[in-house]
Order: sequence, then C-alpha cells, then structure tokens
Amino acid sequence: MILIVAEYSGGKLAKSTLEMVAAAHASGREGPLTALVLGQGVASIADEVAPYVDQVLVGDDARLASYNPELWAAATAQIASEGEAHTVFVAGSRAGREFSARVAVKLDAPLLEDVISLEGAGSALRAQRYTYLARVTETVEADAPVLIVSVKPGAFPAAEPQATAGEQYDVDLELPASRVRITGKTVEKSSRVPLAEADVVVTGGRGVGSPERFAELIETLADNIGAGVGATRAVVDAGWRPYSEQVGQTGKTVAPQAYIAVGVSGAVQHMSGMGKSKYIVAVNKDPEAPIFKVADYGIVGDLNVIVPALIEATRR
Amino acid sequence: MKILTLVRQVPDGEARIRIQNGAVDLEGATLVIDGMDEYGVEEALRLREGGADAEVVAVGVGPKRTEDALRTALAMGADRAIHVEADGALDPVTLSKVIAQIAQEEGADLILVGSQQADWDSQALGPATAERLGWPQLTWTNQLSLEGQTLKGRHDVDEGNESFEVDLPAVIGTQQGLNEPRYPTLPNIMKAKKKELRKDDLGKYGVSGARVRTVESTIQVRQRMNKLIDGKDPQQAASELLNLLRNEAKVNL
Ligand SMILES: Cc1cc2nc3c(=O)[nH]c(=O)nc-3n(C[C@H](O)[C@H](O)[C@H](O)COP(=O)(O)OP(=O)(O)OC[C@H]3O[C@@H](n4cnc5c(N)ncnc54)[C@H](O)[C@@H]3O)c2cc1C
Repeated sequence: MILIVAEYSGGKLAKSTLEMVAAAHASGREGPLTALVLGQGVASIADEVAPYVDQVLVGDDARLASYNPELWAAATAQIASEGEAHTVFVAGSRAGREFSARVAVKLDAPLLEDVISLEGAGSALRAQRYTYLARVTETVEADAPVLIVSVKPGAFPAAEPQATAGEQYDVDLELPASRVRITGKTVEKSSRVPLAEADVVVTGGRGVGSPERFAELIETLADNIGAGVGATRAVVDAGWRPYSEQVGQTGKTVAPQAYIAVGVSGAVQHMSGMGKSKYIVAVNKDPEAPIFKVADYGIVGDLNVIVPALIEATRR
Repeated sequence: MKILTLVRQVPDGEARIRIQNGAVDLEGATLVIDGMDEYGVEEALRLREGGADAEVVAVGVGPKRTEDALRTALAMGADRAIHVEADGALDPVTLSKVIAQIAQEEGADLILVGSQQADWDSQALGPATAERLGWPQLTWTNQLSLEGQTLKGRHDVDEGNESFEVDLPAVIGTQQGLNEPRYPTLPNIMKAKKKELRKDDLGKYGVSGARVRTVESTIQVRQRMNKLIDGKDPQQAASELLNLLRNEAKVNL
C-alpha cells in the first residue's frame, strides 16, 4: 500500500495533505492509497481526508495530543510495516521533514526529501528537488523495498476527491514514552492565510523603515488583496516581525502565484525562499537592486508613496 | 561531557554555482563552513565557557578540502577534530550512520548540527542521527542552556515556537538567533594548526555509497519579464501594476 501521513492544523486538514495525494498519484506507485491520521480527537480530520483516499487509518490516542517527532515516527513506522507499505508520504513541513528522517532510519529506507516532482521508474522512484539554496534542481533516484518521500509544500496541485470515500479503521499504536518535555508553546496566530498556502504573498524588507510602517503598509496591502504576509531576515532580526513570517534559507519557502517584495534588496538567502514564485513583483527605489533581476514586474520608486497608491487602488 | 559539533563545507552564499556534465562543480568556488553548523560550533564553545566540563569535537565527513572547515572550527575553539574522508556523495540518512558510530565510539553526550544544510537543502541529518542513536532531537533551536544533565531551550515549530527540556544525551539542531558565531583570531588560527585533526576512513563505518543517487543537476534560470514601471506618478504606476497582474499574469487579486 501507499501510506500518506495526513497533516492538519487548527483542527482542519492542511492543503499539504491533498498535495501529498497528488504526489502519490504522480508517482505511479500501485496499491491502495491509505491515509494515516494521528492525534487526539481527530475524527473530523479523518472525515475530511476520506474522500481523497481508498482507506483511512485513525490512530486516535491521548499520547498523540500534540505533535512529537519520536511518537509520530514510531506510529508511522509501525503502520507502514504492518500494512506492508512500499511508499510513505510525509508533508515537507518542518515537522514532516523532521519525523520522516526518523521513519527512514526505522524502516531502513531511503528518503527522498522535499520533492517537487515524482516519476515511477520500474521499482525505483525518481524525484526532483532543489539544492544549494534552491539554486540547483537535482534529479535523484532511489530503489528499495520501502521508500520515504517528503513533499515540498506547494509543489503539487491539491488532489480532487474520488467518487467514493475511503473506509475508516481505528488502529492501536505501540508508542514510546516521549523524552522531551514541552514547557511552553507560543502559537503565532494570524488571521491571514498561512504563508505556505497563500496564493499571493506581500513581503516587507528593511526598506519599509519601522514596525509601524510595516503594519500600515504591508499588512494593509496584504489584507486588501487577501495575501499572506512575509518578512526578510533583516526585518525579523530587528524585531519588527515574528520569525514565523521570515521567508528564505533560514525561514519559510514559498511559491505563490504572485510574490510582492517591498523594500527588499533580494539577497541570495532571501531568494532561495521565494525564487520559485510564479510571478515576482518588486517595489524598490534602487533600480540596481538585485531583486529587479528576478522580477517580472517592478516599480522603481519610493515605497512610501507607491504602496499607499496600491492600497488605495485595491481598497475593498 | 563530550560535545560533537558537525561541520559541513558548502559554497558561500554568494558563490556562483557551476554545472559540469550534469553535476555541480565546486572547483574554484569559495567554500565555507556551513552557516547553520557554525551556530553549532559557537554554541558548543559557549556551553563550555558557561561552565560545562566539556570537550568539543568537530566532526566532518567529506573530501580532502573539508579539512579547511574543520580548521575553522578548531580556530574558533574546538578542542580537536575528526575528518572522515569521503569523495563520493552520501545522502544525509546514510551519513547519519557514520555520525552515529562516531558518537558511540566517542561516548558523546550532545550533538550539535545545523538544522538545514546549504548544499543539500536537507533537514534530515540531525533527526536521522538521533534515531540511529535512540536519542531525542530538537530541531530549529534558537535558545539553549545546560543545567546539570538537562538542556533547556526554545525552538521553532510550524505554528510558532516551543520551550523544551530534555535530558542528555540529545541531538540539537541549530539555527540563526541561537548566538553570534565568533571570528577566529589570528593567534587562534595559529594555535589551531597544532590541534589534533584525526583522519578516518569511510570504509570503517560499513557505508557503501549513497542510497539516494543523484542522476542529474541543472540550473534552470526562469526567464523573468523584467517589466519596470517608473514610479514617478504613484497612482499611474499602481494601476499599471495591478492591470498587469490581473490581466497578463492572471493573478486573482
Ligand atoms: C546564513 C544566512 C542565512 C540567511 N537567511 C535569510 C533568510 O532566510 N531570509 C532573508 O530574508 N535573509 C536571510 N539572510 C540575510 C540576507 O543575506 C540579507 O541580509 C537580507 O535578506 C536583507 O534584507 P532586506 O532586503 O530587508 O534589507 P536590505 O538588504 O537592507 O535591503 C533594503 C532594500 O530596501 C530598499 N529601500 C530602502 N528604502 C526604500 C524606500 N523608501 N522605497 C523603496 N525601497 C527602499 C533599498 O534600496 C534596499 O534594496 C541570511 C543571511 C545569512 C548569512
């Protein structure tokens, strides 16, 4: 079977799960498509994913009340072994890339990490992924009885539901005791679309000038056009914005339909996180800024007058 | 206690990447210690300076030139280094096999490793190493302290961040914000030349090549339209941009 570890957030199935279903279809691998839902009180998640797969295995367990890499890896490896899965799909989120590596070791399986495309090649699987700060596209291949694949968010289109919803089954899990004690958690809540899922992202750089101006200009423009908000590291380091908004090598990777970079110079480390966006838009007063070299559309000018004009023109 | 700090050698962020016969060719590129790993070296030194009775061992697996990155770690203050010479490519999960064996031989209590490496763009090395050792791991850590045998810290997760406590042994994935890595001073660079840099042979670790094979590498430069609009008349520029986005790019705004 093909096993997909469902990802969800805030009680809702994440788009990444439907992208994994699409990746599974693209892989040409055979066998029943099975979703594994791990957590506590996850009946609604199981219902949400059922229409997309042949069956759903539900590991509803108090010990899984919050994500823990050791427990997630143990549960996934157990179900993959019991169900004789030959391919295991995990989301390319931070959590997914963390526990998928542990699953690969547990099952002595190669890991195709953060893939953007997949193709079956006999018993092997061939994938593309970005390397060298996303400057290189690598084609990699692995051939083994079991393969683990993590799927880059946004790389595959979300799958469509099937004609009939998959049956649901409860599973019993043998879980290790967690050795990490979580003593506090800060959820950086945002009323906006999550960065990884946003069709349009507006990112502010140091050129925006201050946290107040950031809220006034970047957040307002983003809200007007239903976009997610991003920030450069310079802005995050200065404490203007939370780290969860950082785009780049040490932040998030995004590939929206349109990426609007305002007062951003376009350093390689930043571009490694947004360079694959379908359309890149830059607003910068310096016509020589590197960001213009990768931009489809650019406005050369002072963001303090350009962005208010954009806000005005997009006012709802 | 013993702290292993893993060091990869990667092209500098500004280095031009060349492709030769379908593979990345680093000949002539400026190579540096991976920025993410550098936070790990610095943190190991700070734990030692903070009072932990620790030996800091820098470990690198890679071709001969990896020595340079290890010398940098020694010049920063690591006590000694181990270099496992390996010319062929290893994938991170396979490499974790080598690291886990070194950790066992050395009797390490803590492994520090960059949360993501700038050559593979992979996040697998830390968690895979931890799994092989049967240790817990915390990735994307940006705050760390040691109290007795307990590490306390904070790390980033998908939805925000968490404060954690974990008893040694453990693997910690490092990242920006954890510290500001120091520059090696000239006297320390001189001193580093005399420090032990042990050479090791990959064959010893029972690893026979990568299980994920790289078939081809390409640099696809997507042609961008580079349509520049003069911003002198902001209203005009704004409406022109929105028009292009809506009608030419067909973005739903
Ligand atoms: C290991 C490592 C990892 C890194 N990871 C990341 C990462 O994940 N993400 C990231 O973003 N960076 C990262 N960086 C940092 C990166 O190298 C840059 O320093 C950073 O991206 C610069 O941010 P910026 O573009 O906001 O600021 P700056 O480089 O200062 O650029 C500001 C821009 O604003 C323009 N501007 C100023 N005023 C105005 C105005 N009134 N109107 C219009 N334009 C104006 C300027 O012309 C300039 O181009 C990393 C660096 C290292 C070494």
